Amino acid sequence: MKHSKRKWALASSALLLAMTVGCSSSGSSTDTSSSPKDKGTEPAPAPAKDSGDKGTTATAKKTITITYRDDGAGEKGTLYKWIKDVASQYPNKDVEIKPTPIQASEGDYFAKIALALKSKDTAPDIVTEDTFMLNSDASAGFLEPIDDKLKGWEDWTNGSFIEAMKKGVTASDGKVYGVPYNTDSRGLWYNKDIFKKVGLPEDWQPKSWDEVLAAARTIKEKAGSDVVPIWMNLGKATGEATSMQTYEMLLYGTGERLYDDASKKWITKSQGINDALTFIETITKEKLGPPLSKVLNGQAGNTSTREYLPKGKLAISLDGSWITGNYLDEGAAPWPEYKDVLGFAPMPTSKGQAPGSITLAGGWALSIPANAQHKDEAWDFIKFALNKENTQKLVMSSGSITVRADVAKDPEYTKMPFKELATEYLKNAEFRPAQDKYPEVSTQIQTMVESVATGTSAADAAKKYAQDITRIVGQDKTLEK
Amino acid sequence: MGGLTVSSPQLKRKNFTWLYFLLPSIAIMLVFFIYPILLTFFYSFTNLALTGEAAKELKFVGLSNYTHMFQDPTVRVSIWNTLVFLIGSAVIGQQVLGFLIALLMKHKKKVFRRVIGTVVLAGWVTPEIVCALCLYSFFGDDGTLNAIITFFGVSPITWLYTVPMLTVILANIWHGTAFSMLVFQAALDDVPNEIEEAAVVDGASRLQILFRITIPYIKDTITTNMMLVTLQTLGVFGLIYAMTGGGPGTATTTLPIFMYNQAFVNYQLGYGTAISLLLLLIGIVLSLFYIRSLKE
Repeated sequence: MKHSKRKWALASSALLLAMTVGCSSSGSSTDTSSSPKDKGTEPAPAPAKDSGDKGTTATAKKTITITYRDDGAGEKGTLYKWIKDVASQYPNKDVEIKPTPIQASEGDYFAKIALALKSKDTAPDIVTEDTFMLNSDASAGFLEPIDDKLKGWEDWTNGSFIEAMKKGVTASDGKVYGVPYNTDSRGLWYNKDIFKKVGLPEDWQPKSWDEVLAAARTIKEKAGSDVVPIWMNLGKATGEATSMQTYEMLLYGTGERLYDDASKKWITKSQGINDALTFIETITKEKLGPPLSKVLNGQAGNTSTREYLPKGKLAISLDGSWITGNYLDEGAAPWPEYKDVLGFAPMPTSKGQAPGSITLAGGWALSIPANAQHKDEAWDFIKFALNKENTQKLVMSSGSITVRADVAKDPEYTKMPFKELATEYLKNAEFRPAQDKYPEVSTQIQTMVESVATGTSAADAAKKYAQDITRIVGQDKTLEK
Repeated sequence: MGGLTVSSPQLKRKNFTWLYFLLPSIAIMLVFFIYPILLTFFYSFTNLALTGEAAKELKFVGLSNYTHMFQDPTVRVSIWNTLVFLIGSAVIGQQVLGFLIALLMKHKKKVFRRVIGTVVLAGWVTPEIVCALCLYSFFGDDGTLNAIITFFGVSPITWLYTVPMLTVILANIWHGTAFSMLVFQAALDDVPNEIEEAAVVDGASRLQILFRITIPYIKDTITTNMMLVTLQTLGVFGLIYAMTGGGPGTATTTLPIFMYNQAFVNYQLGYGTAISLLLLLIGIVLSLFYIRSLKE
């Protein structure tokens, strides 16, 4: 009795441990899950099937799958609607264009993409890549270089694409791995109604961080307890939004950078890091920011743009130029008054030093995975989807900024509210380091920011960041200032 | 003589028959258990990453994942959190509560036992993720708990952010207590009534009976249950991940959460596997400790 019990206990403990360990080494998640609204027709990675039965039905339609991030909007999502629209007009009826979104928080999307791209069974034919991940995924061998294909595409060679935007899709090996479809700038969105109520100028142009904090304090004092003075994404769950919209906007505003281009080293210690974290610390300590329960989860970005800002519960939001896409009639949270209620101020540098304001620019691209099944068909579709007309549709409905010079000149586009302002901020735009380690560094930034937001001192958080970065990039590639 | 020659190959075959029967399970063990563990062990000495150059070219980095692990303050925090979660929810929560429920139900009416048993079991049969969502909405900002306390005039509390560890511990207790209850029910039914009755006749109080007779009698069950519950709790991931994501900050980051974050959020698969081996080590040490105390 005793003996058998022990054996049973041993066996079950072994099993449990195996499960715990096993989950860490399985490298091939098939989590290219389609959204629940995908009518459950079939699991996302369809292409593998087609290639197998070439012999049986020669005229069978080829399915081209496009994977992108679904933030929960499902069939109401801008990208979903755009893909459906473009696909319906696609002249080549021998292929079927199928959206295969990954429903995930911003942070999880890239890990899921990386896992999906590893295998021929799960890789889509086209994938939307954030340009900051592009270099990393290209270095990993997940993406197909498209230089040869681009040579034959007039739009690419005749200057239709803004030259500077081509840099964002060129990896460190000098090859191009995607066609960009949008870019963005960042700044301070503010609610003019609230500003008016508390006696702040409706045409707000803060000159330094102190002025931003002063405005936030005034709002906290006068606007009532249900108004959040300033929202910045502060959690790990919001992923790159936390790194870029919050931390890097602050860090670059101090004049410091993440990476020193001259010495090719990552900066692990600098006054700028301390200043940026201290700003976040001040926001947290004085309770000028959003409640932690709202800002630390993956939905934080949606909460601020789709709920708090339109409902007058948020005064200032440090966020991207694209958020207005939500407020269009076909957007996720229609709000016709946004043109009049919202203001978009440039983010000042820390003390107002030159160039006065700062923004970071990012953007997304369509890439072809190295493991894609129908690369040529995918390329043909990309050319069609990112021609002038279709790119314009996308940037106009999504609120982002175009990467095509011909769209930028189109009056339909320029007359949209905030477009010109957002484009103007791009003049001082900085870009994230085009290094394959950047995504890993970025997640450490998110950890650091969340720890400060939850009470760790700026100094301790910075120290841990330095340690983690050193491990990731190696001692010889770090720099202290 | 003739009989012998016939039977000897039969005997021989018989000697190895066990092997044939075992082969499938040995193969399965090798493929799904030994191989992953060896692979994990191997990867823990590499810079394996989810993306970037390291995803293409695997490099040996020696012990650097391990040396970093011992310098990483979050590892210490995670080990501490794991222990708090383990002791709070498993050793004390599930074990003690399960035992108490089982004890109180003993000698009660069948209907009563059935009703209570079903209620407690509801937590156990609920899938982990459903359970996490239920408790998330219970403790959430606009959740049931806050609705109840505001009814009594108390201002709402952001439970998941003010006392995150307590919420996940309570969640795991709610989820897992039924297992301990079932184990202890079976064990308590085995305690012969005569012994207890004899003790009563000798003038023992109820507490004396409990500590001098009942508990010593089911000692082995307690240890076995302790080990099972410990190992189950050590690996709890979905419950915590869905409720708090390991946050806020690192307040509920246990080792499995930390491992996941390193491997799949920070793209550091190599470092993640090193942490998983630490978790394995802790599991082995605890199991050995329990097995030892079973032997005594």
